[in-house]
Amino acid sequence: MSTQTVLFDNPGPRAKLLYRVVGVVGVIILLGIAAVIVVALGNPDNNQWAPQKWLPLLEPVTWTAYLLPGLWSTLSAAVCAIVLAAVLGLLLGMGRLSSVTVVRGVCGVLVEFLRAVPVLVMMLFAYYFAIFGLHIFGRPATFFGVVAGLTLYNGAVIAELIRSGVHSLPKGQREAALAVGMTHTQTLVTVLLPQAVTAMLPSLISQLVVVLKDTALGYMISYSELLRAAQTFATPNANLIPTLMVTAVMFIIINFSLSMVANKLEARLRRSRRGPRVVVTADVIDDPAEAPTK
Amino acid sequence: MGELFSGMATLLEKYDVLGAFWMTIKLTVVAAVGSLVIGTVVAILRVAPIGALRIFGTAYVNTIRNTPLTLIVFFFAFGFMNTLGWSIAPRDSPTSLADNNFWFGVIGLSVYHAAFVAEALRSGINTVPAGQAEAARAIGLSFMPALTNVILPQAFRGAIAPLGTTLIALTKNTTVLATIGVAELSYIMSGMLEFNISLLFAIFVLIALAFVILTLPMGFFFTWLSRRLVVQR
Amino acid sequence: MFKQLKVLAVAAVMALAAGSLTACSGDDGAVKIGIKFDQPGLGQQVGNSYEGFDIDVANFVAKELGYESVEFVETPSAQRETMLQSDQVKMIFATYSITDERKEKVSFAGPYIIAGQDLLVRADATDINGPEDLPGKRLCSVKGSTSAQNLNDKYGGQAQLQEYDNYSKCVEALAAGNIDVVSTDNTILYGFASQDQYKGKIKVVGETFSEERYGVGIKKGDTELCNKINDALTKMVESGEWQAAADKYLGPAGFELGADNPPTPDACS
Repeated sequence: MSTQTVLFDNPGPRAKLLYRVVGVVGVIILLGIAAVIVVALGNPDNNQWAPQKWLPLLEPVTWTAYLLPGLWSTLSAAVCAIVLAAVLGLLLGMGRLSSVTVVRGVCGVLVEFLRAVPVLVMMLFAYYFAIFGLHIFGRPATFFGVVAGLTLYNGAVIAELIRSGVHSLPKGQREAALAVGMTHTQTLVTVLLPQAVTAMLPSLISQLVVVLKDTALGYMISYSELLRAAQTFATPNANLIPTLMVTAVMFIIINFSLSMVANKLEARLRRSRRGPRVVVTADVIDDPAEAPTK
Repeated sequence: MGELFSGMATLLEKYDVLGAFWMTIKLTVVAAVGSLVIGTVVAILRVAPIGALRIFGTAYVNTIRNTPLTLIVFFFAFGFMNTLGWSIAPRDSPTSLADNNFWFGVIGLSVYHAAFVAEALRSGINTVPAGQAEAARAIGLSFMPALTNVILPQAFRGAIAPLGTTLIALTKNTTVLATIGVAELSYIMSGMLEFNISLLFAIFVLIALAFVILTLPMGFFFTWLSRRLVVQR
Repeated sequence: MFKQLKVLAVAAVMALAAGSLTACSGDDGAVKIGIKFDQPGLGQQVGNSYEGFDIDVANFVAKELGYESVEFVETPSAQRETMLQSDQVKMIFATYSITDERKEKVSFAGPYIIAGQDLLVRADATDINGPEDLPGKRLCSVKGSTSAQNLNDKYGGQAQLQEYDNYSKCVEALAAGNIDVVSTDNTILYGFASQDQYKGKIKVVGETFSEERYGVGIKKGDTELCNKINDALTKMVESGEWQAAADKYLGPAGFELGADNPPTPDACS
């Protein structure tokens, strides 16, 4: 925010006029683009604003039979995945901080590999592995595929968060723990990790947004999440576009609220005196592991 | 191990893996350029002295970042292309389907990752000390010249690490275009799985390796570049 | 200090428990029947229930077999054989054509209706009257269905092929003009052509060029069940309920039953 004010002077009369003109022109262009899309969607041959395309969305059964169960599938998969990912991330993160070289190396390679492979590729693999390797079928197989794919990737991301969290702790913490005679593992588990985990809580919530968005990939392995439910509903009503719009709004509201919670929590952690000195943040990118820690 | 390799050899023979690999690279490069262009514009809007434009920039980032990429790709493919009947390739072209899928897919990818590029650039702008902007103003530069000649060149350098992360995410996210039938790596992967389930592990290792080959060097390159180009202060 | 770790651990155990519960739940005595959820006129989820010709036949057969209630399960095309082999479902009524390849893995009762591959085009299209007109056209079909690829291979391989995961996407693109032909079984195509939103915009060509004999998928070698299902199917035809279901779901769409229908079930083996 501070840079915004230093980027430009307080405008004088001429600049004010210029800003106003640019502002009006800019708004007109943006409104124009919006108008083109709205009008195109209302094309009389295939009017997407027709009431018969929107009225089915107002019926309670649409929500009770399609959209809410779909939302529930999305949320349950996301929550399962983030919890399991936290566990996996904790293990991998501890492995990367281990004093044993082999463990460190193996965990390092594993984390790098899991972060390099797309979630969808892991979901496809996990789904077919569930069917042909574990012999589970139907909905449980798709659930397994989605949760396993999300867990593997996000576990690796969280492992990186933990590592950078521990590294960003003041050196004195570790030195003090070692000085009172704790072993390496004791230091890690009782002193460093608890602080690092608290510090990364906000990013864990931000990561939930990433997970929630990625459950939509479950569509590809026929997991009945929100997007798929929306499409099953849209088929007999031939209203795919209106339904997708409603679905998008649902995703945006949920994810935006989650981001808000993460921001609030982060601000609180920064303020609180008892809390950790560092806060590991991941506010910029899909893949917070590589976000520069502040 | 030997079985794994022979399985991979069979797959390479039966499927156009190289073609799909090339398609993934093409999608990545074109969408990277697209998202850089859109992202820079959005980043400028977000720091502009005009309130309405700032609001639009913020709204863009918040909306796009909170929507699944799959949904955005659906809007472009099934909304603009298939419902509105918009076409980028000429209708009578012998490859109009593949071309349209490619271009609408690239637009979807660009629009999505532009939000992350914009955020990366904004964090880059935040690394530029206030003194730089003040000095630019002091020598009489107004908003746009100060931005393009002084702030943005430094901001790009400061934003290299997050931009690199975004590029890696983009590379992996090209897989989402399998939903609209673009023949990239995950698309042929699902085809392979359907007809060669006995080669499950070989298929996974092959496709995963292809992505490791693409993204690992990218990671190293951007780490090296951000160290090299860091603005000494 | 361990508080966070404890919370995490407890949550993880709960998640695992929840996951395994989902995996094992739902065995409450009702017969499980596999259907499609997204094919108008055949098997389509409508609100909390399912409607279509496949559903009516499934319900009749289940009642004849003495089951009091039916639980419908979605069986995606690629999973049909494995779900039968692993007892996930007892029977499958899901536009499931009897083929020799599938017979190696599962057995079939029926057939209960005979369909054929056909083409769906825009209402004003005059240049597509059969598969021989396909070269140079834009053809849409569903991923995992080999029909489109076979069609392309057989008639010159000149058509551009678009694959989606659902026929409704193909039909939408057809109506908007970015696709010229949608090809699959005529039963499915008529279902779409009769939707209000598409009336007058698209039409079925009406020249079938394959024979798709829809059977009831069951576990391989279960001759006893096969015979019972066949008896039930025969009874359904004799009672007139078969005709009523066909009229109700396929009639309005203009589907011509033809001389082959209703078919006599094959002998069970």
